[in-house]
Amino acid sequence: MMLSRKNKERMFFWLFRGCAAAVVAFLTIIIMFVIVNGAGTITWDFLTQNPMPNDTGALVSGGILSPIIGTLMLMGLVLAIAIPIGVFGAVFLVEYCGSYKWSRYMWMTVNNLAGVPSIVWALLGVGVFVYYLAFGLSLISAAITLSLMILPIVMVSTKEALEAIPSSIYDASIGLGATKWQTILHHILPYSASGIITGIILSLSRAGGETAPLLLTGVALNATIPLSIFDQFQALPYYIYMMTSASDRANAYPMAYGAALVLIILMMIMNLAAATLRSRYREKYKW
Amino acid sequence: MKNISGDQISKIQVKDLNLWFDTKHVLKDVSIEIYEKEITAIIGPSGCGKSTFLRCLNRMNDLIPSTKIEGEILLDGKNILENDIDPVDLRKDVGMVFQKPNPFPKSIYENIVFAPKIHGIEEIKKDPKTGKEKIVRRKPTKEELDQIVEKCLKRAALWNEVKDRLNKSAYDLSGGQQQRLCIARTMSIEPEVILFDEPCSALDPIATAKIEDLLVDLRKDYTVVIVTHNMQQAARVADRTAFFYMGDLVEYGPTKRLFEKPEKELTEQYLTGRMG
Repeated sequence: MMLSRKNKERMFFWLFRGCAAAVVAFLTIIIMFVIVNGAGTITWDFLTQNPMPNDTGALVSGGILSPIIGTLMLMGLVLAIAIPIGVFGAVFLVEYCGSYKWSRYMWMTVNNLAGVPSIVWALLGVGVFVYYLAFGLSLISAAITLSLMILPIVMVSTKEALEAIPSSIYDASIGLGATKWQTILHHILPYSASGIITGIILSLSRAGGETAPLLLTGVALNATIPLSIFDQFQALPYYIYMMTSASDRANAYPMAYGAALVLIILMMIMNLAAATLRSRYREKYKW
Repeated sequence: MKNISGDQISKIQVKDLNLWFDTKHVLKDVSIEIYEKEITAIIGPSGCGKSTFLRCLNRMNDLIPSTKIEGEILLDGKNILENDIDPVDLRKDVGMVFQKPNPFPKSIYENIVFAPKIHGIEEIKKDPKTGKEKIVRRKPTKEELDQIVEKCLKRAALWNEVKDRLNKSAYDLSGGQQQRLCIARTMSIEPEVILFDEPCSALDPIATAKIEDLLVDLRKDYTVVIVTHNMQQAARVADRTAFFYMGDLVEYGPTKRLFEKPEKELTEQYLTGRMG
């Protein structure tokens, strides 16, 4: 049977509408599920105490202070390591690397690196940072491993943001006798900042939510708040993972949901901050 | 350096200029003399090398990899293609206005002050010990920047339209205003030569007329070279016109003579619309 053009239009419209609704529905279900199961756990004590053992010795009482601090410190370090390298590396490849062939090979490598599974990065982290460079199981080993993991994402999103700037802007600045660096500093980077920031936040969220690389490079269940970057640490995703595999499920699961809710809220705050920054830059540099 | 008639001073002398993009020979043995405080128009069909030629004059082609260039371009007698010439310095003497208005996505004010800010203001200072005079660059003051903005915008006939909204985005201006802003911005570097690459091709007739009036006015202070695909425009504003075809400079002479009595067959065909 042939559908009339009008009916065809209607059918596809509803199909697409259904797909969009499904995405929103799943997201809502997940978030509601975590809120329903986790909201009850969140108390002042839960947020301000370290995980503590109960009578049987299992770490299912207390709170999640050390995982929160651990995750924040980890993300701070990743920000400090991966962002400058990723952003300026991409700036070099896009703006300075004279050879077209070379930069194509480099981007091919970067794109392939983006597809490497996180557990493989974890193995690299163990081999290189934990043992070869003897940083031990530590915050710094984990932070460098995560930084390497998100570098490709930072670089690719920076590249896209830089390439979105029309070349006429570049011509204008160079034509006024500005050097390449002055052009990049005063024009290209500020105008592409909103795109670059989006990429940074997305990759930081990814780093904050990873578990596998941490497992091998530095988290420990009984770690407290690290005093130096060479200490072991706790992290929220790892804490959730440990709670869901504890034998005392009755006590552990609510803790896992509580921690998951905190992790989600943390990510939401970051995304909100990113959106604010982004719209501020959009407002400032309209083009 | 005076020319035959003795009244014009030669500003730019191009000698046997050849240019290749990869293996494509884009400019072939171009030799031309451009005179100070005149408007020189370059016309020709699309792809004839006229824009490429213009971009040689401030070495914008340097930005395109795999460009090979041979010959000489003398600006005030100095070859700007020499290795010891810094293209960044050259572009302060030879400003450029592009085909599409390309203001920075910043305020009108910021657009004009960008170049003076990065270049600084030249001052001659005496060394107290040796007594020697030397040129130093310093940061311009707020008052100096304000003056530059007013001067450049007035010179580009834009001041009256924008003086009350200098801090508004340049993107809020109309196309013609944006192009005049770009001209004002070019004047902020105090160039001697201004290159125009089809500056009116994206503008309506009224905005075009304003730019043309401005061009004629600029001729008092600057040497102007303009690429245009609009023959009437060349006829209206230019003192001299050069006709390019397939990378060759076919004919060059006073505009009136070239339009009324072209010496070459090709020129006549192009001007009468039988080719191009």
